[in-house]
Amino acid sequence: MNARTSFGAVLVLSTIFAVFPARAERLIVSVSNHRVTVTPNYSGEELVLFGSVEKDASTPASRTNYDLVVTVSGPRADMVTRRKERKFGIWINTDYRQFLKVPTYLALFSNRPFDAIASPEVQRRQQLGLNNVLLTQRVGPDYADVVPNDPFRSAFVRLRSEHGLYREATSAVTFLTPTLFRTGIPLPAEVPIGTYDVEIKLFSNGALVTRTESAFEIVKVGFEQFVATTARQNGFIYGLFTAFMALMTGWMASIVFRKD
Amino acid sequence: MQLYLPIADIPVNVFLILAMGAAVGFVSGMFGIGGGFLMTPLLIFVGIAPAVAVASVASHIAASSFSGAISYWRRRAIDPALALVLLCGGTIGTALGVWTFTLLRSLGQLDLMIALSYVVLLSTVGALMFWEGLRAILRVRRGVAIPMRRSGSHGWIHGLPLKMRFKRSKIYLSVIPVVVVGVVIGFIGAVMGIGGGFILIPIMIYLLRVPTSTVIGTSMVLTLVTMAFATMLHAVTNHLVDAVLALILMVGGVTGAQFGARAGQKIRGEHLRLLLGLLILAVGIRFAIELVIRPDDLFTIRELGGAA
Repeated sequence: MNARTSFGAVLVLSTIFAVFPARAERLIVSVSNHRVTVTPNYSGEELVLFGSVEKDASTPASRTNYDLVVTVSGPRADMVTRRKERKFGIWINTDYRQFLKVPTYLALFSNRPFDAIASPEVQRRQQLGLNNVLLTQRVGPDYADVVPNDPFRSAFVRLRSEHGLYREATSAVTFLTPTLFRTGIPLPAEVPIGTYDVEIKLFSNGALVTRTESAFEIVKVGFEQFVATTARQNGFIYGLFTAFMALMTGWMASIVFRKD
Repeated sequence: MQLYLPIADIPVNVFLILAMGAAVGFVSGMFGIGGGFLMTPLLIFVGIAPAVAVASVASHIAASSFSGAISYWRRRAIDPALALVLLCGGTIGTALGVWTFTLLRSLGQLDLMIALSYVVLLSTVGALMFWEGLRAILRVRRGVAIPMRRSGSHGWIHGLPLKMRFKRSKIYLSVIPVVVVGVVIGFIGAVMGIGGGFILIPIMIYLLRVPTSTVIGTSMVLTLVTMAFATMLHAVTNHLVDAVLALILMVGGVTGAQFGARAGQKIRGEHLRLLLGLLILAVGIRFAIELVIRPDDLFTIRELGGAA
């Protein structure tokens, strides 16, 4: 597993080098578990991401203060946010916005507030913070992200945050030494199954120095996976089985509780 | 004890779900209703997605009503002929209901329609039952002998042709109103996602004049068949039936239903109707309040399928 991970990291790094040949730092990262398995007693988990900043000869000696931003985004889905309004004395859903291919889980961690890391312009371009992450909406025929204080966007982020599915922590990344860092990735119980992308960006003096990527997946195994795939692929047999199970349970109960 | 549900995709407390199943099972055994209108909101409250809740509750109701139906069958409190005729109508009604459901969803106001029909139906049926039960109790208190109100039974309904003798219920009735009642119940059940027992029972008592002794058992047979059918439909079309959740609910439900059925036999009919009326009215009012009072949060999020 470790060998494969480092191989993957090398692969990612080499692509980065191809794009930014002048960069003098490299990021070496790893997630504590690349495959979170959902078992009957699964109730959420916390992963740990750790890594280090590798310098080489071409690194300017003055560069010592690094800032780090970690973005974890879960599988993407289309979602709709609806707003209730009072009509004829009752509260009904009137207006709505569709959010297209937005992450079902989104976490942004950094070692200090985003405002201290980079200018607002860089924050927006690098999508630092929940306010700057691109959440594409469909407004009528147009596709666009809107201003962060748009009522539908902020309600969406707020509701996801209430369930722990969207989160932002500007003190979650800790530097153990000036170049060695770690951060926890809390996964609440209701996080969706799927592949999670982790993007790590290194900043220095307000500018992006380098970036790298990692990933992990949350998968169902054993009984959970069997039930889920059967329900999806053999709906008829699954339904028949469930209905039969209902009858058996009912019949068993009437035998167990028979008075005479 | 936490257990991860494979389809609902969340961990739940097994004992909480068991207790909810038992409580709703008790109510359903006592009054001879499916209890879907209680169970579905409870599951949604625990955090299970509404679609999964509705689909899984169907199999829970099937189990509860099957165990109840067996008890009633042993006591010879089921009229097989009446159940069969009702089922004929019920099947047609379910098909019509599913079609209407799809139509309403394409118009985009399905949630509101469901909420409104819950309010109207539950409040009306609940209030009527409560009022009737109260009057019956007062009559008994005053010592007035309850007249065998069979006089109304010779209304227009009994002038209809195609009469049939329902031996177990000791009634001689046209099959037309019975089939119509089946259609209506099947339709309401499919559109609102409920078994419809709480509407069927008063209709059978007051409109068809079926004696109380066979009403509950017979309505349970109808609920059993429609809910088993609904489980199949949900499993084949939406793949949203959570068998693990259903099993926990069933085990709790059938246990509760047994005790409920026994408790129901001990309580006098008019008291039973008063209690059930109150319960239904309370749920109806709860839905009404939800519509009228400003919600805590004006915004809601829903995932549009295809989470990959």
